[in-house]
Amino acid sequence: MESGLILGGKSFTNRLFTGTGKFRSKKLISKMLEASGSEMITIALRRVDLTSKEENILEHIPDNVTLLPNTSGARNAGEAVRIANIAREAGCGNFIKIEIITDMKYLMPDNEETLSATRLLAEDGFIVLPYINPDLPLAKKLEEAGAAAIMPLGSAIGSNRGIRTRELIEILIDCCSVPIIVDAGIGKPSHAAAAMEMGADAVLVNTAISAARDPVRMGEAFSYAVKAGRMAFLAKLTEESKEANPSSPLTGFLR
Amino acid sequence: MSFFETIKKFDPKDIEKSIGKMSSVEVKRALAKNKLNELDLMALLSPAAQDHLEEMAQKVRSLTVQYFGRTVSLYAPLYISNHCINECIYCGFNRSHKIARKLLTHDEIEREARFLNAQGIRHILLLTGEAHKITPLEMLSDVIKLLRKYFPSVSIEVYPMDTEDYRILKKAGVDGITVYQEVYDTKIYDKVHPAGRKKNYKYRLETPERAAKAGLRYINIGTLFGLAPVRSEAFLCALHAKYLENRYLDTEISLSIPRIRNIPGGYSPDYLLSDRLFVQILLAYRLFLPRSGITVSTRETSDFRDNLLNLGVTRFSAGSHTEVGGYTEDEQSVPQFEISDSRSVEEIVRVIREKGLQPIFKDWEDISQ
Repeated sequence: MESGLILGGKSFTNRLFTGTGKFRSKKLISKMLEASGSEMITIALRRVDLTSKEENILEHIPDNVTLLPNTSGARNAGEAVRIANIAREAGCGNFIKIEIITDMKYLMPDNEETLSATRLLAEDGFIVLPYINPDLPLAKKLEEAGAAAIMPLGSAIGSNRGIRTRELIEILIDCCSVPIIVDAGIGKPSHAAAAMEMGADAVLVNTAISAARDPVRMGEAFSYAVKAGRMAFLAKLTEESKEANPSSPLTGFLR
Repeated sequence: MSFFETIKKFDPKDIEKSIGKMSSVEVKRALAKNKLNELDLMALLSPAAQDHLEEMAQKVRSLTVQYFGRTVSLYAPLYISNHCINECIYCGFNRSHKIARKLLTHDEIEREARFLNAQGIRHILLLTGEAHKITPLEMLSDVIKLLRKYFPSVSIEVYPMDTEDYRILKKAGVDGITVYQEVYDTKIYDKVHPAGRKKNYKYRLETPERAAKAGLRYINIGTLFGLAPVRSEAFLCALHAKYLENRYLDTEISLSIPRIRNIPGGYSPDYLLSDRLFVQILLAYRLFLPRSGITVSTRETSDFRDNLLNLGVTRFSAGSHTEVGGYTEDEQSVPQFEISDSRSVEEIVRVIREKGLQPIFKDWEDISQ
């Protein structure tokens, strides 16, 4: 049996990471977590209302699930750092997903600001997971800056368009030493399975689960897809080919 | 090209005509596309699209769920003054109306804020009339600082300002503005704004841009339906939103669909917006601008609002009062417009949940200060 994914000294058996946004009811979050077995969930600190017990989303996340607060709403490194610190002070732990977005139309991450924030936060003892546009030189700089993992986007946030950046992510998987977690754009379980087959270490799925008619069952479906994809990767997929490859080769008689 | 120059190219009468000529084929074509252009928008606003409302609604529902999830954000308006120097002929605060004028004191504002906070409201829209001497910038700045103690997010719907003034208010804690052009048709604009600063069409039209340049994150625009032919107004307003969205990438642009209802002063609108056309415009906005928020206020009746919840609306006001001091003051002033949905926050929250949506009280807090 393979060992779990290690992030920030913690081991995760389940490689499906989930999110708290867009659910029709917060109560569904804990049920989805139970059904999917997801062990890490991201949460936008901007939406946490610590002054109201009923509205506080943290009340709906069981203790055995690791919180991954994100810096949604940050427009630059300075804001991301501030949000990270507030999250830590609020008891959300040391993990932080850096999400710095300056474009409200396509929600593309600002790679440059993300690198600056990663440097500052990693130095300050955070376990930093930067969300980026897949770019190898940047990924190497992030590693050097102390990122615990790298989260390249598959396609635009919430777009459900799947792994459109496949070739760029493959390069990251090939060349990076930290885990690669595909984040954003995964619209169905087969997309998640595809990412895992490619060799991604985990995937983060939010909209496709939370906006589904039955988010609990969809969480479970994603969990199976992630497991299947991971298993296929470990079992070493055979190469694709444009021509047919007979299972009884013509030259099989030659010894 | 500035949007003012764009607007000058259009004659609203021609727009109405072109929209009127759109056929069912063009509507279907628009519905089959993911990225819509201006002609598609015209088709969706056309009389021909009335036969396709259900198809539009189905697509809108799935787009809204995709981009916004199964959620609706809540806010409440807070009126602190009804003094006004303008004479907008459709408005309850028109300076020529002999109504009791009121400006809340610091303590009264704080009382209103405490009340709304206790109802669960976390996002607030601060409103005044346009009266620079009675509600000057410094005073607004102080009020905003006070409100930020109670609300993570404060937007304003006051009077148009220069970029520098918006910067000052941003520093005080404001993160958004609402500003309606009221009417995009320049001739009608001139007619319904006989006097006051608001007479300057261009200055008002460019207000959202000045706010965006000052770094405000949320900009909500709209045309006030009732003043001019409806379809061309909706068209120009949607183009305005698109222009802002493309130019100010770091700003979230959203739309409201206010329509004139009966108000004290007795203005009756020349161009009534029917429920059916209201829905068509809402759907066309969502299809043309999938990422834009759409707000529906308590100008609309409770039944109608509840039905809109699954049709692309992303923001709802709740428990609203449009009188100055309307939440906690005994002596009620004249409201800016009559409320048609007087349910409490709690009741609205219950309905939202029954519709399978999550009410969002807190969506943002400016922690960059």
